[in-house]
Amino acid sequence: MATILQPPRTEIERERPLGHTGRSGGGGRDLVPEGGDLRLVKDRPGEPTRTGIWVGLAAIAMSFAALTSALFVREGSGYSDWTHISLPRILWFNTSALILSSVALERARHSVADFMRGSQASRSMPMAWLNATLSLGLLFVLGQYFAWLQLRSEGLYLPTNPNSSFFYVLTGVHAIHVLGGLGGLARVMLKFRSAARPLRRSTMDATSYYWHFMGLLWVYLLFVLWLKL
Amino acid sequence: MSDASVHAAVHAAPTSFIRKYIFSLDHKVIGLQYYALAFVAVFTGMVLSWIMRVHLVWPNAPIPGLGWLSKVGAPGGVVTPEYYLQLLTMHGTLMVFFVLTNAPFAAFGNYFLPIQIGAEDMAFPRFNMMSFWTTFVAFCILISSFFLGDGPPLSGWTGYAPLSAVGADAGPGQGVGQSLWGISIFVFCIASLLGSLNFIATTLDLRTKGMTLSRMPIVTWAWFITSCIALLAFAVLLPACLLLILDRVAGTSFFIPAGLNVADHIQPHQGGSPLLWQHLFWFFGHPEVYIAILPAIGIVSHILICNLRRDLLSHRVLIYCMMAIGFLSYMVWGHHMFVSGMNPFSSLVFSFPTLMITIPATIMTLIWLGSLYGSNLRINSASLFCLGFISMFVSGGVSGFFLAQPSIDIYLHATYFVVGHFHMVMGVAAIMGVFAGTYFWFPKMTGRMMNEGLGRWHFFLTLIGTYAIFMPFHYLGLAGNVRRYSAFQDDYLIPLIPVHKFITYAALFTGAAQLIFIFNLFYSRFKGTKASENPWECTSLEWSTPSSPPPFDNFGGKHPVVYQDPYQYGVKSSTGDYVMQTSPEQASVAS
Repeated sequence: MATILQPPRTEIERERPLGHTGRSGGGGRDLVPEGGDLRLVKDRPGEPTRTGIWVGLAAIAMSFAALTSALFVREGSGYSDWTHISLPRILWFNTSALILSSVALERARHSVADFMRGSQASRSMPMAWLNATLSLGLLFVLGQYFAWLQLRSEGLYLPTNPNSSFFYVLTGVHAIHVLGGLGGLARVMLKFRSAARPLRRSTMDATSYYWHFMGLLWVYLLFVLWLKL
Repeated sequence: MSDASVHAAVHAAPTSFIRKYIFSLDHKVIGLQYYALAFVAVFTGMVLSWIMRVHLVWPNAPIPGLGWLSKVGAPGGVVTPEYYLQLLTMHGTLMVFFVLTNAPFAAFGNYFLPIQIGAEDMAFPRFNMMSFWTTFVAFCILISSFFLGDGPPLSGWTGYAPLSAVGADAGPGQGVGQSLWGISIFVFCIASLLGSLNFIATTLDLRTKGMTLSRMPIVTWAWFITSCIALLAFAVLLPACLLLILDRVAGTSFFIPAGLNVADHIQPHQGGSPLLWQHLFWFFGHPEVYIAILPAIGIVSHILICNLRRDLLSHRVLIYCMMAIGFLSYMVWGHHMFVSGMNPFSSLVFSFPTLMITIPATIMTLIWLGSLYGSNLRINSASLFCLGFISMFVSGGVSGFFLAQPSIDIYLHATYFVVGHFHMVMGVAAIMGVFAGTYFWFPKMTGRMMNEGLGRWHFFLTLIGTYAIFMPFHYLGLAGNVRRYSAFQDDYLIPLIPVHKFITYAALFTGAAQLIFIFNLFYSRFKGTKASENPWECTSLEWSTPSSPPPFDNFGGKHPVVYQDPYQYGVKSSTGDYVMQTSPEQASVAS
């Protein structure tokens, strides 16, 4: 995740992000030098896509913090109706798929960087890793669906008991976010193949931050759902 | 103006009417759209408050047209007790969400934040457009509850569970109306999150050359801090609304306790916790107070400095105070729940940080008053509304000292004292900030000046009127007058009815005074005196644009470069007693 992509060399990154680079001096880091010679201002501005994704992740983290806090309050409130459900085994398979998808995305990011540097001529390797990420992500969502089917077969529906309610809500809202991430990945793949609207470094990075965060979030949610207070 | 050439615009200038004025990506148009929406919402909310005030003192008087709006809620135009609560719910929801969040933050922030930092637009213009139109959809969903089912919900703007969660058994409007309320607020949260994300990314990444954080005007800081608060606050209300909606439509029991009997009907739910809703709601709800007031604080400080012709005693300390308030706002939600039956020790935990908030609030007030002392304040409509804001902020804030203490709050909580407190410190104060901003920035937004004489009349009538409405509320509260009653028939309340009559007259009077503002707004838009580019001789970047209103890309194909701190007033320079932020001139201190 900490991989830093090198500055662009190929036509794929020729596009400048949103036109900001030409106009913003990164006000937060550079004063206008004495004499006002702006040619001395070298600093590049921050990239809104990267900032935006971190801000968005903060909001998502806050939402899930609220939901899981509600679960803790509800579970710890001492009412006798809390029935701790046993988690469907398929969740462990799903978890593995999501973690592997993160690994695949990191490989994809390296590969895309190699291609952009020119050290790799073909798009096929980056696309293969991106495809693997997308497939594993879809597998995760499909697996979650099977987990819900399994619970239904046990007679555990959304309103059956407080724990099943929280299970469906947490996994459902997370799955919606993962689907959003899959949409983002599809967009990255389209841009990577497109000459008209080429892929930007920041888009690749932002999508991968989001995807890795979904993985981390899932591990946290799984722990919360598994935990018995 | 020094500048750097622009090589690429954020997005192309629109050509069609729809892309220029309706689905526009231009932050200025979006800001005006937010303003227009808040304008509609505030007058809708005000009319609702008129109906409530008239009903309170003349409970059997038919109100023209109301019978048409709701045959059940107001048969023959006479408001039923249930319909009174429905009107009250809509008044609160409209005012808090669609006025106090939209006008000072989303409207002015959208219009001026990018310009004040020297950007061409917001970081994510499409998100920005989506943010407004999502807000508009939320507004339409909420308003539709007037016309669907048995009207709007009656559970108050706080939507307290379990009555908001159990459905139609809980009374008129608790069926379809309450569901629409929940969906509307859910959608509003999404819009606010998109807006906040945009504000934060824009402030951090799109500042022009030389615009360091410390050179940002105080109002830009206020919008930035507010967007940070809003991001985390609405992120909590969003899932809370989801759980509420699921309780209503999917049979879950997040907020509904077991064995609850509503309307002689045992609710088919298990042991949910109504308090959980209160915790989630107020975790959003208290920061929401600051989402409303911090932008107004920023607007007022920005305008005051310009009219004082000198910086505040320390505008940086004022920014730190806003940060402190923003931080503390997340630690005090429980002070809205002192009467919920919480452990008294928990009350103390919430009481202490609540009292701590008075420290930065007091420092801010002292900075304003200390800066005003001995000054030659330029008196105009905008600066008068700034003074009105300070007056209202202090008057309304002082009662907060009392309410922050659980032992006093338990007595006052369900009374008009609280109504008086939050209307003054949150409602009227923030609206004063919006008025100040309107008079101040109108020349930039339209190229014309607002009529000054009408503006002053508007100010004095509004100031007197709002005090006449809300100060007696405190007296009523101390006398034990319970809020949310639709009529006062108890022996101890009957002697208070004359006070209520006075308040009703004052409300009608103050509302009518707003017609002056409406007239001034529309008259000046078309017939007002032409404004110069910088009529107030202000230093910040919005007054450096080549035209009023600013061109599509704000600075006419050039990017400003910032050389100065935001408030270089009281100096000797080529322009007079101030130096624009974009000027490289080394001004000398005026003797």
